[in-house]
Amino acid sequence: MFNFSLFKKKDIPRHESGSRAGLGILVFEHTSDVIQAEKRLRSEGWDIRVMGPPPEIQTGCDLVVEFPLIEQLNILRLLEGFDIKPLQVVPVTGPLLKPVDLFQIKDFGDFLMVRAANMKLTIEKKTRSIVNISGGGCPDVPYLAAEMVGKTLSESPRPLDIGHTLCGYALGLAFEEMHKQCLLL
Amino acid sequence: MLAVVGTVPDLTFDLTVGQVCLSGDQVVINGQHIPVNRGTSALIGAAFQTLSIFGKSEITAFLAGDIGLGSGSRKIYHHLVHDHALSGIETIVFHYLQPDVDWHNRVLFKLTDLENRPVMIADAGFMYAAKMSGQAADYDLFTPDAGELAFLADEDAPHPFYTRGFILHTDNTVPDLVQRAYQHDNAARYLLVKGATDYIMDQTGLLSSVDGPSTEAMEAIGGTGDTLTGIVSALISVGMDIPDAALAGAKINRLAGLAACPTPATQIAQIIAKIPEAVRKVLKDAP
Repeated sequence: MFNFSLFKKKDIPRHESGSRAGLGILVFEHTSDVIQAEKRLRSEGWDIRVMGPPPEIQTGCDLVVEFPLIEQLNILRLLEGFDIKPLQVVPVTGPLLKPVDLFQIKDFGDFLMVRAANMKLTIEKKTRSIVNISGGGCPDVPYLAAEMVGKTLSESPRPLDIGHTLCGYALGLAFEEMHKQCLLL
Repeated sequence: MLAVVGTVPDLTFDLTVGQVCLSGDQVVINGQHIPVNRGTSALIGAAFQTLSIFGKSEITAFLAGDIGLGSGSRKIYHHLVHDHALSGIETIVFHYLQPDVDWHNRVLFKLTDLENRPVMIADAGFMYAAKMSGQAADYDLFTPDAGELAFLADEDAPHPFYTRGFILHTDNTVPDLVQRAYQHDNAARYLLVKGATDYIMDQTGLLSSVDGPSTEAMEAIGGTGDTLTGIVSALISVGMDIPDAALAGAKINRLAGLAACPTPATQIAQIIAKIPEAVRKVLKDAP
């Protein structure tokens, strides 16, 4: 039915940055932290690389750890378990980029919605029950929705504790912002 | 034939490939039942309901359990690249998958090597990977919401989480963000931007838009974007042009939502149940 013009791999423009676009950098204060982080992450099977920092990075020691950015939340949680804390976490393609810090709040009357980046969290004001989680595209979003919807904010697990990806991270920020918003209700 | 590629939030759910059907509020594949209320299963439910009006039901799904660790997504990627001929697929939609640029590229090259390249639709995590890879223009349709459009428009952002504030800001209009996405080759041939107004656009600008019936609560309901992508994919798979399918799909999704009398607490299964009635109405009223 739909037979579009044929083209082969060699005709597809490959962007040079493509293969590194999904990577992030962990910046540490001391080289000993880099060594510890590398050891722990490799022992858990993560595909990481130790390298020199890009010129935009003005802080930390002279080594950084490159990692799959999408799994930032998971990796930070693992390192935290070993008391290893990076100074900075940045995308390889934009070392000056920062996580989203712009929240959009929508009041539906009996319900309140908070949006952070691509994630939306909605509660019923009266009961503080989470009634819906919307948006996002990583596979932990349906998982987080299954774990959180129907529970109150205080009963619900924190997305920052059980999520794994940057979508989970964004939902975690929306969850924390919702707690703040509820103090104003 | 329509193919749907995505994940289910259950780590015990192994890689499964087969025909799917909808039974009540469950998607059924190879005897396994998945609640329709979440993610890719909501997309499948909506596509199944839409196809039923055309007397069709053939949807092949490629599914695996994944809760964000990526293992299920990688099983699917491996299967698509190494173990499946992908023949007979005319329309393929990629959905909740762990964004992985290398695997994305391998899947894309496999598809573009096919003698009959299918219509390729990407949403959710796979759309993120398509943008990150720099190959977005190879796709026929992306279906972003407002937050995801801002990500497509930000040439530097590797994920919506890192979208820069000046782009994410609500003062930016959808057409402006779409133009910026096309300027940097970060958009598919067509975009269906889901929101208070649904915009169907391409590189030349606005093709059509739908702003009614307007049900504000729909924005809060998880899965309304998934159902819209499912409806549009099904309409494309029965031969409708992509812009026409996107326009009709936007109307159908809104009518189905309205028929469910939604509140922000409504669950998507209630809307999926109303899709056949909405498809009939929109197609009957079509010029």
